[in-house]
Amino acid sequence: MTTTATTTPAVRTAPRTSLWQPVYLRTELRRLARNRRTVIFTLVMPPVFFLLFGTQSAYGTQSVGNGNVTAYVMISMALYGAMLATTAGGAGVSIERAQGWSRQLRLTPLRPAAYVLTKVVSALVFALASVVVTCAVGLVSGAHLSTRALVLGALIAWVGSAVFAAFGLFMGYVLPAENVMQILGPVLALMAFAGGLFVPIDGGVFATIAKFIPTYGLAELTRAPLLGTAPNVWAYVNVLGWGLVFVVGAARRFRRDTARV
Amino acid sequence: MTTDELALDLRELHKSFRTPAGTVRAVDGLDLAVRPGEVVAFLGPNGAGKTTTIDLVLGLATPDSGTVRVLGHEPSDAIAHGRVSAVMQTGGLLKDLTVRETLELTASFYGTPWAVGPALERAGLADAAGRRVGSCSGGQQQRLRFALALLPDPDLLILDEPTTGMDVAGRRDFWNAIRADAAQGRTILFATHYLEEADAYADRIVLLSHGKVVADGTAAQVRAVASGRVVSAVLDAPATDDELAALPGVDHVERRGDRVQLHTRTSDELARLLLTTTGAHDLEITSLGLEQAFLTLTSDDAAPVAPPAPATDRSASTAGSLR
Repeated sequence: MTTTATTTPAVRTAPRTSLWQPVYLRTELRRLARNRRTVIFTLVMPPVFFLLFGTQSAYGTQSVGNGNVTAYVMISMALYGAMLATTAGGAGVSIERAQGWSRQLRLTPLRPAAYVLTKVVSALVFALASVVVTCAVGLVSGAHLSTRALVLGALIAWVGSAVFAAFGLFMGYVLPAENVMQILGPVLALMAFAGGLFVPIDGGVFATIAKFIPTYGLAELTRAPLLGTAPNVWAYVNVLGWGLVFVVGAARRFRRDTARV
Repeated sequence: MTTDELALDLRELHKSFRTPAGTVRAVDGLDLAVRPGEVVAFLGPNGAGKTTTIDLVLGLATPDSGTVRVLGHEPSDAIAHGRVSAVMQTGGLLKDLTVRETLELTASFYGTPWAVGPALERAGLADAAGRRVGSCSGGQQQRLRFALALLPDPDLLILDEPTTGMDVAGRRDFWNAIRADAAQGRTILFATHYLEEADAYADRIVLLSHGKVVADGTAAQVRAVASGRVVSAVLDAPATDDELAALPGVDHVERRGDRVQLHTRTSDELARLLLTTTGAHDLEITSLGLEQAFLTLTSDDAAPVAPPAPATDRSASTAGSLR
């Protein structure tokens, strides 16, 4: 082998690889669908919680704003599912970095931006699936609300859940473990209770505490179209504040990690 | 220069890391030129700078000073063009994908979906294609990393201690796959701390120590040094170095206090001679480890311990020189 010339052609074409990687996106979606825990967290638990908490007969007749209480619970659970999906997606990135997958990718022509885009899109696809499943179950189980409230509520739940992708990424760095979602799942459930996502909190010290819980702001914004009232100012402060904390925290960890890799 | 383009051209490379214990000079003035078609072993103990050098070649780290050219390109360009690929030590695989899915995904990054089947075959993974990566053996995972590295049909393939943690059978299968690949003329650089691997699979061995190239020669040259032994003894009558060097089989003479250390490849004969025909006593025979081999090769008064490399067209400029 010492004197043979290389068999490789002299000229190579190397197109700059695209940001849009359909094979990678398909693979990521397949991985999510194959992960039983992800499917239970995002596609099964939210509609089941809705059926448990939202379908008492009294809720069907009790009206709130542009719909009934059943619809209120449905929209809340849709947001909960979307939050779980994006949190799991964000946590997945830091887990993959810890496992050396990102390093492996750096040995290929794939651009880092294409990696981030693919992870974000796949997390958002699952978040959307979660919202759609919960709303579909809700609509056939007695939820009544105006089309505008449904579309706007679902849209805000879906897009707003992106804040929790940063939360998942940040937490994935703080608690780097393959089963980090086993911790984050219950944490999200606790935050959903404390922030008034599962059960509205009226007055008292708990209502004050709720305003500082990361789920509070998104819950208020998501339910505003249904309630037909403008969300209070604390909801915006809450979403922007926690969004900033998660994004800055994740970005700092991410940068330190990239410097090392 | 196109036909003469070096596969790898490293000049005056320096890379330091700050650790709590102080600054570590992982790579400290490293020069290396690898020609197309060579199979080069990077041999050295842990901490010699092998992995850091490979990181610099692959653009996973940037040098503090010095230049890296891979097939005439910047490392990142060589990666983006698929002209260099690598098999890393551990990690880097998604356990929940199958072997085939991992290959298909990676092939999509290179735009070479047709390369999946041949890569499976050449890495000996055709039977394991449908298996989840997480349930593959360590050897299979390593052959998967090898298959991934084949996907772009690279000109230069880099392997960083590829058989660490593999059993004997896995190691043999792995090297058989690599050897078959090398026979096709691909340039290969692999890091190892197993002398046997370097000996068996490389046609040029580069010894690294403390971030520098301390020796660079053919496998035969390095083997000759590293397989030698040291016969040391206390002499009752003084003898000059020249007199000792004239003893049969003595390659090199050193003194440590009142002991003389004679480097030889025929230790039994030398020991018999010393004990029967001279007043030497307290005789010890120790084998020359790699570290010792490095020292022998780099000490200023080192005698030429190995026969000159057979002259071939490419070894004339590289493999023949013991630095």
